Amino acid sequence: MTARPFHRSQAEMLPERAAPVTTAGVVGWLRANLFSSWANTAFTLIALYLLWLIVPAIADWAYFNADTAGDDRFACKSSGACWAWVDQRIGQFLYGFYAPDQTWRVDLAVVLLIPALAPLLFEGVPFARQLRWFSLAYPVVATFLLVGGIGLEGIPTDKFGGFMLNLTVGLAGIVLSLPIGILLALGRRSRLPIIRILCVGFIEIVRGVPLITLLFVSNIILPIFLPPDVTVDSLIRVIVMVTAFASAYMAEVIRGGLQAIPRGQYEAAQALGLRYWQSMVLIILPQALKISIPGIVNTFIGLFKDTTLVIIIGLFDILGIGNAMVSNPDWLGLATEAYVFIAFFFFIACFSMSRYSIHLEKRLDTERRD
Amino acid sequence: MARNASARRPGSPGWQRLWSDERTRGLIYQLLVILGVALFVAFIVSNTIANLQRAGLASGFGFLFDQAFFDINQRLIDYTSTSTFGRALVVGLLNTVLVSAMGIVAATAIGFVAGVLRLSPNFLLSRLVGAYVEITRNVPVLLQIIFWWVVLSGLPKVRDSLALGDAVFLNNRGVRLPAPLFESGFEWVLAAALAGVVATVFVARWSRRRQNESGERFPVFWSGLALIVGLPALVYWIAGSPVAWDIPKPTRFNFRGGFNVTPELVALWIALSTYTGAFISEIVRAGILSVSKGQTEAAGALGLRPGQTMWLVVIPQAMRVIIPPLTSQYLNLTKNSSLAIAIGYQDLVSIGGTILNQSGQALEVVGIWMVVYLSLSLLTSMFMNWYNRRIALVER
Repeated sequence: MTARPFHRSQAEMLPERAAPVTTAGVVGWLRANLFSSWANTAFTLIALYLLWLIVPAIADWAYFNADTAGDDRFACKSSGACWAWVDQRIGQFLYGFYAPDQTWRVDLAVVLLIPALAPLLFEGVPFARQLRWFSLAYPVVATFLLVGGIGLEGIPTDKFGGFMLNLTVGLAGIVLSLPIGILLALGRRSRLPIIRILCVGFIEIVRGVPLITLLFVSNIILPIFLPPDVTVDSLIRVIVMVTAFASAYMAEVIRGGLQAIPRGQYEAAQALGLRYWQSMVLIILPQALKISIPGIVNTFIGLFKDTTLVIIIGLFDILGIGNAMVSNPDWLGLATEAYVFIAFFFFIACFSMSRYSIHLEKRLDTERRD
Repeated sequence: MARNASARRPGSPGWQRLWSDERTRGLIYQLLVILGVALFVAFIVSNTIANLQRAGLASGFGFLFDQAFFDINQRLIDYTSTSTFGRALVVGLLNTVLVSAMGIVAATAIGFVAGVLRLSPNFLLSRLVGAYVEITRNVPVLLQIIFWWVVLSGLPKVRDSLALGDAVFLNNRGVRLPAPLFESGFEWVLAAALAGVVATVFVARWSRRRQNESGERFPVFWSGLALIVGLPALVYWIAGSPVAWDIPKPTRFNFRGGFNVTPELVALWIALSTYTGAFISEIVRAGILSVSKGQTEAAGALGLRPGQTMWLVVIPQAMRVIIPPLTSQYLNLTKNSSLAIAIGYQDLVSIGGTILNQSGQALEVVGIWMVVYLSLSLLTSMFMNWYNRRIALVER
């Protein structure tokens, strides 16, 4: 008779069992996230109630009860939104008063933006080296396409309008404000007192006043400051002011990045015998800009949203076109539709910028840990 | 002298030696910059003088005492169309301060609530708040101001006002609220409120000293509430309710009594506070997340309840991260209030624009704008810096 081995514990491994229903899967997730305590349950119920109030109402208004066809607001008979104007007005909303048979130039400029931006924004783009040259040339190409000149019909800048005006001012501001902001930030930390004082003065004065007063300055004061026969194109004035405004904020963002770089980096660059600009461009700025990415992109987003302010000095960007349409007798009272439509454009542009900045932060962050 | 001699090597001309010296080089750069700036300023000044002479404009601030011939419907001090330009500007400044102050209070409240709720473990709630934050942050504030204004203008006409409890009326001319009429005896209520505030400050100080010495805590919040709210309420009751409410009564075409808040002010207030509130909520969220988890765990280990952990451990440390960006949001809100001009709320910029059109004194008006906004910015940041220093980490 063989003695059965006596085990205090289990002899063989038990098979793995699934987690109880209450902690895993849908039920577990619901319990953990929505019904973990009575307060949490109350919040969930309130949130559900709000969603139940809001979502169907918006969906009904925007889609199910909406009218999409017609020549004026009287064609819209149902209770929801009236989108009949979109078909008629979309051209103005996008291109302003740009000659209708020339709008392909705007479209082309926007399409060319993709190969110009791709090598700067993403890694692993084919022909990135060659495309970077194109990115550098893009501002010239786009200006030529939009304004015209050699071979293309000239279009005066006061015909610019709609979302295209927002994009023009916004992109020009973005392209110009980053380098100017970097120079201002370096100037503010310069050891030369005169340069430092000038930079601090510029940054603090521009940051202290609203953009709208700067736009007024460009509109009212600039003619007083210039000789009587000199006039500056109003689009250029707006771009200059928006750039000046954004670069003051940019300078502060980048200064934050510069201050975060340890002193040892500056000293190491000096010890290597690098000159001031060499050490800045090769050692300090790449690190400082990397840290400042969220702030830089936020400044870009702010700048892009601020392009709507041009309506106050009488330019017709997408918001100005919307305002004009809302007061047109044919479409009177369609304000909600018009503003929601416009808001959608800005939301797409700004939200994708902020998502991209989060993506970029993550990408650069993993590089640092490697 | 030997060094001097070695520096004067043959083949090294004097200017090159000067150029290699960092200090001289800096000096030369700066001289060049000064020269450039001076030329630029001289160019502008000479143009300005020539232009002003040709336009026959007298510069100076004398126009501030001229009569303004326009009306202002939103005002905090007495003003008629016979008042001076100067007084009109003061009315505008007060309107700017009014909407900024209202906006700052509301945006702070919205921002803190939304920031805390966004961190809630409740999936639905945090996503709902997240949707609010992302939508308001990514749409131009000017668009939001105009949108709210249009919504408020779309309210029913005066005759069909929406009534809230027969005392507050909403219509397309704004919000009609009951106006308080202060009768004799009210000064006692005010005095009681003042006494309550002073007493609370003393209680708070005493309580902090006692806590530092003995570790015992005193319910400062509740005693403060009792002193600041309870005491005046008690005096109010004893004095026999010395406030009569002038309740608006609908008449045929308008209202009798009460006071009206214009739709422009309400629209501007809603838009500015929800817009800035979204930014503040992100700041608050980042601030709370910046407090390391160890702090919460240590507080738990000491036996603090979750509420105490939040208020005594996490929030005070988060405030240090929150305050500096919060300051710049307050400044942004104040500056964004100048967008009032788009909907006709008569703030400093809007009234200044009218004066500018009437008097033609462009330089002076723009100068006043800049000085006022710069000093508002300076005052706000001075106050916030003072607060920041008070709560800053005291390190050894």
